[in-house]
Amino acid sequence: MTSEIHTSKVEELRIVHQPLARHDQAEKIAGTTRYAGDLAFAGMLHARLVRSQVPSARLTRRDITAAAVVPGVVAVLLGEDVPNNEIRVDVPGQTIAVGALKASMQVLATDRVRFHGEPIALVIAETEDALATACELVEVEYEDLPVVSDPEAALAEGSPSVHEGGNLLAEWHIDRGDVDGAFADAAVIVEETYRTQFVDHAYLEPEAGVGWLDDDGVMNLRVATQVIEHYRDVARILGVPDSKVRVIAPYVGGGFGGKEDMTVEPYLAIAVHRTRKPVRMLWTRNESLLARAKRHRNVMRYRTAADADGTLLAHDIEIVSDAGAYAYLSALVLLYSTVHACGPYRVPNVRIRSKTAYTNNPPTSAFRGFGGMQMVLGYESQIDEVSRRLGIDPGEIRKRNALARGDRLPVGQEIITEVQLAQTIDAVRERAGDKPAPSGPRKAVGRAIASNMQSYGRLVWLNDSSAAWIGFQMDGSLTVRCGVPDIGGGQASSLGQIASEILAVDMDRISVHFGDSALTPLAGTTTATRQLLMSGNATYEAAVLLRDQVLGAVAAETGQPIESLRIEPGEIVGPDGATPLLTALQVCRRRNVPIEALGTFFGPKGKEVTRDLDGDRIFPDFTFGTHLADVEVDLDTGEVRILRYIAAHDVGRAINPMSVEGQIAGAVVQGLGQALLEDVVVQDGVNLTPGLFQYMIPTATDVPDIESVILESGEGLGPFGARGIGEPPIGPPIAVIPAAIADAVGARPTTLPVTPERVLDAVARGSRAAT
Amino acid sequence: MSATDITVTLTVNGTPTTRTTGGHVSLLRWLRDVADVTDPKYGCGEGVCGACTVLVDGEPASACIVLAAQVDGATVTTAAGLCEPDGSLGPLQERFHEHHAAQCGFCTPGMLLCAHAMLRDADGPMSRDDIREQLHGNLCRCTGYTDIVDAIEDAQARGITR
Repeated sequence: MTSEIHTSKVEELRIVHQPLARHDQAEKIAGTTRYAGDLAFAGMLHARLVRSQVPSARLTRRDITAAAVVPGVVAVLLGEDVPNNEIRVDVPGQTIAVGALKASMQVLATDRVRFHGEPIALVIAETEDALATACELVEVEYEDLPVVSDPEAALAEGSPSVHEGGNLLAEWHIDRGDVDGAFADAAVIVEETYRTQFVDHAYLEPEAGVGWLDDDGVMNLRVATQVIEHYRDVARILGVPDSKVRVIAPYVGGGFGGKEDMTVEPYLAIAVHRTRKPVRMLWTRNESLLARAKRHRNVMRYRTAADADGTLLAHDIEIVSDAGAYAYLSALVLLYSTVHACGPYRVPNVRIRSKTAYTNNPPTSAFRGFGGMQMVLGYESQIDEVSRRLGIDPGEIRKRNALARGDRLPVGQEIITEVQLAQTIDAVRERAGDKPAPSGPRKAVGRAIASNMQSYGRLVWLNDSSAAWIGFQMDGSLTVRCGVPDIGGGQASSLGQIASEILAVDMDRISVHFGDSALTPLAGTTTATRQLLMSGNATYEAAVLLRDQVLGAVAAETGQPIESLRIEPGEIVGPDGATPLLTALQVCRRRNVPIEALGTFFGPKGKEVTRDLDGDRIFPDFTFGTHLADVEVDLDTGEVRILRYIAAHDVGRAINPMSVEGQIAGAVVQGLGQALLEDVVVQDGVNLTPGLFQYMIPTATDVPDIESVILESGEGLGPFGARGIGEPPIGPPIAVIPAAIADAVGARPTTLPVTPERVLDAVARGSRAAT
Repeated sequence: MSATDITVTLTVNGTPTTRTTGGHVSLLRWLRDVADVTDPKYGCGEGVCGACTVLVDGEPASACIVLAAQVDGATVTTAAGLCEPDGSLGPLQERFHEHHAAQCGFCTPGMLLCAHAMLRDADGPMSRDDIREQLHGNLCRCTGYTDIVDAIEDAQARGITR
């Protein structure tokens, strides 16, 4: 273990807070887990998409004749064959008119394609070989249309329109205080532009699923997804009642936001609907890289004012993000960027103008950190620059400006839980000790810290809820049902731990059934760092209800006051002695007391936002943290080696410290990939990153051990005071690496990824500045 | 059965298995789609990610870029082949479990076989950097690798090779 745990409030906990090896991991390590692509049916058909080879064109001809007669081909479908050929997306909060066309896309394009890789035809065949042959034979003719490839140019007067009505998909404004006055009075003003790139989720499991019809006509889709509630979208496409579609999420081979929007679902559904047979669809890595939505590239212009003691006075921020060809979740991602743009600091005067623009680039949508994380590069680089100009220690200036309980964010939201930002700064520095020396004469070592805040839980006006059901079996074992998709973070297992804690049943006697839209209570999406908050609380509530039912029955039976009873492993203990659990369950049966309970947790509420953000609560709460990195830069080659990496977060309460440590380490390395290596290269709308040879995610040799420090304030809104930790640790790496490079070479890279060329540019700027 | 079909016999995790398929079928497809051995995973299809790593006559290979016909007669070991005969976790797998070396688990079968081969073939004690060097052909997107290195280092300290 490389982690430490600092607990500030200790409770009597039996199972929660234990670093438990998860049962789902045992099955994965044994190789027995059946992922979405691992299930097969006798007589199963195979489906594959024919995709656009150009980024922007009118479709002048689509001919399936040759493909349809390939032996083994069952059907070749076009958009006209889809019952309702439209996927709709909400674009909330805009005071400008956002037409239906802007916020919808076709399941299969019929007359116009807007990005390289857009689906045009769906081929269904008895064998993979027939499928491959037939896909080559679908003939598509294109009449090229102008390609819009730059989001800022897309917003300029006279730009060709990707959709009718202009390229502005959404915009948000924040106006707080007197920004111009603050700049007039400032001791120091820092101005810089930061740019981030398209990033791919690159989970190891490409999009996959199997669909089949049950005898009662229910469409079953067992798919790799973070959102089983897409059954409703599928039903709309098929034109059937919602109750006739069931989505099952088995253990998912990584999500990171990339399996939040639908991927294979509509196509599988159409294929099953048409053929009435089981169908499997497996996307290749190439399809995954080509056509599934990416992380937004952002252009972020910051102007920051501070007074002489380093107190931040004002931010004036412009953000432009690249929405790609279709809306997906870009408006909401940009909202996150806007609300998180000032970071974990108190800034009294703020002006933010943010826009997201359509282009003919790959669509962009959810990705771990959801727009909040790109901003860390901006606000952390700015505060570093203020500290450098004023000669104030980077840790000190952060502590001086750190948010505290009772402060309000620029958007208006009050911070309602304790902020342990200063403790995270101290924690990483204490652990780090002295900065190491360079390993040679043309090497330079740099150290930096970067802090961040990231929301956990969904936007409050979405009226989020989650439900979980827990039932005792008559042998005293426990069944938990909850519609949470488990994408590898221990989402299901942690619910078992919570039930185990409250009902005193050992983990090996608990089964957690999850991720089934028909058979488990709906728990919402495994996104937005919300499942521990939402389903954790729902499970907690169900467990408390069930416990109190059982205690109530024993109280009535034995005459002991219910307040005097408690549940212990295998028995109910009270002043008059112990009642065996099995006896207690029989008492429940005799007295008509249910031995099961449904818990529903409703998230915090708030009013819907408008374009001009001047609200109260936007998110339930936030998680805070600080990372420290030591890097060594080769001054001749621009190569960067990470010598040491330490990440500290206040997680409120670690339900399973091993899972927390795993989330932190994994998010850090994913963030380091964005900082140094990863880039989906798109040129004039053409995606030039077709495989993992070109798209380089970190290997074991690219990163050091990730050391985590877990702080536990006990202040989170989740069960036992937990905060969410899935997304927060991905933000700081993209800021701390450029900052450490700046410390080493004297100038800061501002564009990601920080390639050796960009490092050498910083080296050159640094040596010019020094002379 | 067509003229290009070919019959291949492999001993998969100790079980002799004979199937007839097209001659162009990769070892990965042969295992997954024909023999229903699904623990080797498809991750990239071009031998980059390591999710399909299996042992062919004891040596690690990317099953997605090997034809089944090329290795006719071979012994193939997948991650499931590292389990005890009763299906419980083997010693190396226990180290992975203990150290939380799997999250989504999709890279894990390939990672285990890479770990097994490096522990078995090590000339002497491996440093953490040595372990990382040997893992570089197996990508993981969840763990950040630290826990995987911990598991292999622990296995080495205990003299465990499989």
